[in-house]
Amino acid sequence: MSTTTRRSNGPRTPQGKAAKFFDDRLNLAGPMRKQLNKVFPDHWTFMMGEIALYSFIVLLLTGTYLTFFFDPSSAETVYHGRYLPMQGIPMSRAYASTLNISFDVRGGLIIRQIHHWAALMFVGAMLIHMFRVFFTGAFRKPRELNWLIGLTLIVLGIIEGFAGYTLPDDLLSGTGLRIADAIMLSIPVIGTWVSFLVFGGTFPGDVIIERFYIAHVLLIPAILAALIGAHLALIVRQKHTEFPAPGRSEHTVSGERVFPTYAAKAGGFFFIVAAVLAALGGLAQINPVWLFGPYNPAQVSSGSQPDWYMMFLDGSTRLFPSWEVRLWGHTLAPLFWPTVVLPTILLTLAIGYPFLEAKMTRDTLPHNMLQRPRDVPVRTALGVMALTFYLVLFLSGGNDIIAKAFDISLNAMTWGGRILLLILPPLFYIVTYRICLGLQRHDREVLEHGVETGIVKVLPTGEFIEVHQPLGPVDAHGHGRLAYAGTQVPKRMNQLGAGTPLRHVRGFFYPVKEKPEIQAALDELEALEVDQHDVQHQLTD
Amino acid sequence: MSTTRSPAGVSAHELRDMTPEQAMLAGTEADGVHIVHRRDRFPVRGTKAEKRAERGVALAFLVSALAGVGFVVAFVALPFHWHLPGTPQTFRFYTPALGGLLAVMLLFMGVGLVLWAKWLMPEEEVVQDRHDEPSSEEDRLMTQATLAVGLEDTGLPRRSLILRTLGLAGGAIATVPLVAMVGAMIKKPGKQLEHTLFAPNTKLFPPSGRIPLVYSDWRRVSPDDLLPGSIATVFPGVHEEGPDGKNGITSAASPTLVIRLRPGQQIEARKGQAGFGWPPDAPEYLAFSKICTHAGCPASLYEQQTTRLLCPCHQSQFEVLKDAKPVFGPATRSLPKLPIDVEIGSDGRQYFVARADFNEPIGPAFWERS
Repeated sequence: MSTTTRRSNGPRTPQGKAAKFFDDRLNLAGPMRKQLNKVFPDHWTFMMGEIALYSFIVLLLTGTYLTFFFDPSSAETVYHGRYLPMQGIPMSRAYASTLNISFDVRGGLIIRQIHHWAALMFVGAMLIHMFRVFFTGAFRKPRELNWLIGLTLIVLGIIEGFAGYTLPDDLLSGTGLRIADAIMLSIPVIGTWVSFLVFGGTFPGDVIIERFYIAHVLLIPAILAALIGAHLALIVRQKHTEFPAPGRSEHTVSGERVFPTYAAKAGGFFFIVAAVLAALGGLAQINPVWLFGPYNPAQVSSGSQPDWYMMFLDGSTRLFPSWEVRLWGHTLAPLFWPTVVLPTILLTLAIGYPFLEAKMTRDTLPHNMLQRPRDVPVRTALGVMALTFYLVLFLSGGNDIIAKAFDISLNAMTWGGRILLLILPPLFYIVTYRICLGLQRHDREVLEHGVETGIVKVLPTGEFIEVHQPLGPVDAHGHGRLAYAGTQVPKRMNQLGAGTPLRHVRGFFYPVKEKPEIQAALDELEALEVDQHDVQHQLTD
Repeated sequence: MSTTRSPAGVSAHELRDMTPEQAMLAGTEADGVHIVHRRDRFPVRGTKAEKRAERGVALAFLVSALAGVGFVVAFVALPFHWHLPGTPQTFRFYTPALGGLLAVMLLFMGVGLVLWAKWLMPEEEVVQDRHDEPSSEEDRLMTQATLAVGLEDTGLPRRSLILRTLGLAGGAIATVPLVAMVGAMIKKPGKQLEHTLFAPNTKLFPPSGRIPLVYSDWRRVSPDDLLPGSIATVFPGVHEEGPDGKNGITSAASPTLVIRLRPGQQIEARKGQAGFGWPPDAPEYLAFSKICTHAGCPASLYEQQTTRLLCPCHQSQFEVLKDAKPVFGPATRSLPKLPIDVEIGSDGRQYFVARADFNEPIGPAFWERS
């Protein structure tokens, strides 16, 4: 081929020239098309992780903005800002600059509040995402590594959040920091050394804000970003799990291609998450540090609550009895058990669970299909048990608020929490297990006998029978021959036929009725498609 | 030009003759992506329904853009400076207005994108091969051999001297940064947790060295200040100048509660703490460390009727009449008691002083504590 024709074949449009520029250098055409064509499955539960990711992006953006105004310094200063009630009060520069962001920086308060809400949302979405992964069995081989990365992200997210809300150096966060110091002190043998190492001396010292700051804006976010990258890279590499449905198999993934549909939907969802955070940041007050005042070790306010993700530890601390161990002239503080040992145990159980389950069920196969929680009653019941345990601790973290709101004795709340913490989890295990079995049986019943039609018939013999609509072919006894396939079984007449992904029901509240000529065109397209499939099948057969 | 064929078995020549749709489909097949269902949502172009959908998406984007303009206007024009209650409070609308407009801008951008995808882009059901089978036996064997030979090439299995010294050097390189960083941060606790600034100081307060009790504004604490049944937060009146000077008010170990009992209330002193109150024989004033022995919060809520002190963090409760012994909640130890006395000041009034430091460490327990 001559050079002239080659030139004439070259791209003429600017975007074509740009594409050629990059492809000549990076050899992108193949790999890029692979990513554009990548298929992502769609299910509403898959959006939890997305919410966490998008909250993290919002955190990075708003956090960077805040560093332009925040002064991470424990040095004392006297406030002379716009907020008159604090005029002339000595405080740390960290607290003063937080007031400055809230009152003197135009639009500073909303960014601060969006940052705080995004942090709450980030940890919350991660936790719910973890439960989704747990209850549907998405952590199973080959995805155990991503389960571990996810757990690390949650732990780091909580530490990052704690470091972040400590930075303003207000009365509430300072109280939390003092409890953190007491937790460090409670560690056997090395506790005092750990506390002195972190605080650079006795609490509070004059380095802690500076140290937490660099941990909060550099160390932990860098690790978080790297781990989030790894988490996503593993999803791309291993491809997303999906729920079983007709036409789906362990060896394929079905859904929509990244370009353009999935990208538009995911990009749109980012903006929706950001919109919710912006609305919260603008309309719902969070952490009004100017009402708390600067930190002062002699003061505390009643109803002191930490951010929600610390509340289960606060609750465990409130519930744990005053059991102090004194041995050979040493003291093991009661604080050690609910704040160090308990979270370590919880984390260890979560880390070990995928491997434990694989060992107990002798399951060495890889799984790409998700399970319905009812089909794995033991796991589901264990998960609900863990969730119940967590929720009792969580509510106990605010038991003084509950006691006040409902006029209950505080001591009764504490004792109630202690008792419920031991009784409710096993009870909920049993209840969940029974519910799972019941749901399983109902699925089997519908597959065998059909959907209840609600029609009761009188036979000529006078016998009353209830008419069932079989879901498929029946045997001589009228029993359905469909096997359970791990998918949703239609339970009502109007759900019949909705199981197949190829029949999109158009319309949200009611099915869309097209005009006759358009419906005709649609039918024609569908018929064409069916023909093509038949041809393909004949070719492959 | 050689006739190389793509993985899908289509040549460049054939691709050039295809429509873009056909070439795209060839690309998906090459990537192991099978479009099992693909249909234009509006096979008849230009219907009312299609225009309606298009206008809906465009409207969403337009609302987003308008909200963005509104945000800029609000950001610049609305008042945001804080004003005292009683004066116009228009600044209170600043943050909600910004938040609302920002949310509308972002929300309609997101809604527009999603609706665009759902209403106008072709509906697709696509299946992609996972290719998740484990590496082939050949791959595994070759990689294994590559690793084995590479290791053999380094000679490490034979040259144990190098292996061991390399291990030593690696250990050093891993340890040194740790030692250098953590080592610089280590501070020896010593006995710092066992003393407070109430410890007698003859240099500052000759000749007795007894530390005066002061309020947070450095006024001295007099018995007359307290009504029966009331409490006050007091501090050691130690104030040294200079950056490292001790300051009794800001020190985290200092906060102390002075409680004046009501007439007729008798205390049951703990062993070794009789006579710590004032007057020593029939104490009416008691002083306890305010720092909770559980987790270090200030145990500051005093209930006159039940004579209990409550820590609001974890609800430990201390019975004041039993020398602040814990009676409920997670705290194990009593609040340390400060031995107090009264001196006559230069103005002739009575003022409290600490006779000695607390006789045990204040605050939460730690390992070295006996």
